[in-house]
Amino acid sequence: MLASTTARQRGAGRMTAVILFLPPALLLFTLFVVMPVVEAAWYGGYNWNGFGSPKNWVGFDNYRMVFETRAFGLALRNNLLVIVVSLAIQLPLALALALILAEKFRGAVALRMLFFLPYVLAEVATGLIFSFVYDGDYGLLASIYRFFGAEAPHLLASTQTSMLAILIVVVWKYFGFHMMLFIAALQGQDRNLIEASRIDGASRWQTIRFVSIPLLYPTIRLSIFFAVVGSLQLFDLVMPLTRGGPADSSQTMVSFLYSHGVTRMRVGYGSAIGVILFVICATFAITYKRWFMRDE
Amino acid sequence: MNEASAPARRPPDLAVLYRTLFLAFVAAFVAVPLLATVLGGFKSLGELRTNPFGLPSVWEWQNYAGILASRRYWQLLGNSFAISTLTTILALVVASMAAFVFAHIRFFGSRMLLNYFTMGLLFPAATAILPLFIKVRDLGLLDTYFGVVLPQVAFALAMSILLFRRFFKDLPVELVEAALVDGCSYPKFFRFVTLPLSRPILATVGTITFVHSWNAYLVPLIMLNSDAMYPWPLGIMVYQGEYTADWHLILAFITLTILPTFILFVFAQKHIVAGLTAGAVKG
Repeated sequence: MLASTTARQRGAGRMTAVILFLPPALLLFTLFVVMPVVEAAWYGGYNWNGFGSPKNWVGFDNYRMVFETRAFGLALRNNLLVIVVSLAIQLPLALALALILAEKFRGAVALRMLFFLPYVLAEVATGLIFSFVYDGDYGLLASIYRFFGAEAPHLLASTQTSMLAILIVVVWKYFGFHMMLFIAALQGQDRNLIEASRIDGASRWQTIRFVSIPLLYPTIRLSIFFAVVGSLQLFDLVMPLTRGGPADSSQTMVSFLYSHGVTRMRVGYGSAIGVILFVICATFAITYKRWFMRDE
Repeated sequence: MNEASAPARRPPDLAVLYRTLFLAFVAAFVAVPLLATVLGGFKSLGELRTNPFGLPSVWEWQNYAGILASRRYWQLLGNSFAISTLTTILALVVASMAAFVFAHIRFFGSRMLLNYFTMGLLFPAATAILPLFIKVRDLGLLDTYFGVVLPQVAFALAMSILLFRRFFKDLPVELVEAALVDGCSYPKFFRFVTLPLSRPILATVGTITFVHSWNAYLVPLIMLNSDAMYPWPLGIMVYQGEYTADWHLILAFITLTILPTFILFVFAQKHIVAGLTAGAVKG
């Protein structure tokens, strides 16, 4: 008896709840996230300046033009560089710091907060701070060079060094985020396992190498995922530092989309860039999840 | 530390030394640019050139005072505050309602709809920025707060719904059963039982959404075109464009615009750290 009463009453409020609660999210999400992606695929086939409706069908010409633009090649290379630096320098740095700062000692919490602070600051503010650091006349770097009697370089103004300068800022800005992920995971680890290995005579380093780090693998895999997806979308940081210049040397895919698509209102061409970026991100995300994150 | 085994005394000391040096190096790498920015705002342009690292020899308070007295600074912060608050409130309401349905009610297609939202985690906002611009323009929302707020809410939904749903599902089942047997409808249950119990997750999701919106650059850049509507990340770029080489003023301006973030971080660091890492920790 009780069961059927419950079921009936559930039946009543149920549909009301579904009908009242779901549509706002569904509408917003469809309108502003899903439809624009679908439309990007559509607009990408047209030569269109955004006024009236798209009529001038050009097939895959936009895509061909994107791949023939030198700046896009540079952007691809730069995004790849950001990924490499994130994985080869940023994550190991974050991991080392996490292993140290997960332990309790005086100042550990303060240092954690200090290292996390750059992640909380806006990309734009970070970019401006570093355009001061790198400034050839007033910057911190310039004064170090002058101290040693050398001439100060203008890192951001040279095609050779602009991307290097950005990469350093990327590490500065994001290592704290990954460090926090690792610390959270380390603190969730079973202390007994670590103590057991110490009692069994493992050294500190061996405990870290053979107990702590293997237990961190799921978090490391997640961290790699975030680092790659984030690297592919790098934009906000580039704008205040170089705007993709000089001579497109520090362009990323999104800054390329902005400078070649948005500012010139080439909707078709810009949409094609967006579709390429989308395909790269989605392919990576799906493959990575299938290969490395099956159980999560 | 409390392993008092005497023989293994020396090597750890060396390890501690290396560790301390390493930490000091990284701390300097992070802190020096920030400190130099704050202090730089107190210097004259001439001193900034000769002494960018040290304390100012004369503290130029008027750099900061001038900005604090300007209408411009407060207008930028006001716009940012309005946009971020609207985004956060809307995202909390819309996402928590949807997540409630996904957590407690099974209906035909519910699984598929949840996957539909989850898919949003794979979409980088930038890919469809041009069609998004066209859409907002056609809706007549260009250069309005809502032209920025609605897309930001939409992009926040995927992650927020997942976080809310996980929390709602973890609430004790007995509670749901009891309330429903007592004749409480789902909407009432949501309003009077779920929400009051959900403060921690509301704080977490609210913090993520607010911080992301406060710092956002791309969407406002595309949707807004009059200075009067600009949030601070756009305004600070304009300011830098106007005062190109007056680094002392730019540094003061940067300091004052990141000050709210910094204060919020100091007072709500637990929420901020928990929030910004929440999507990841339990994946």
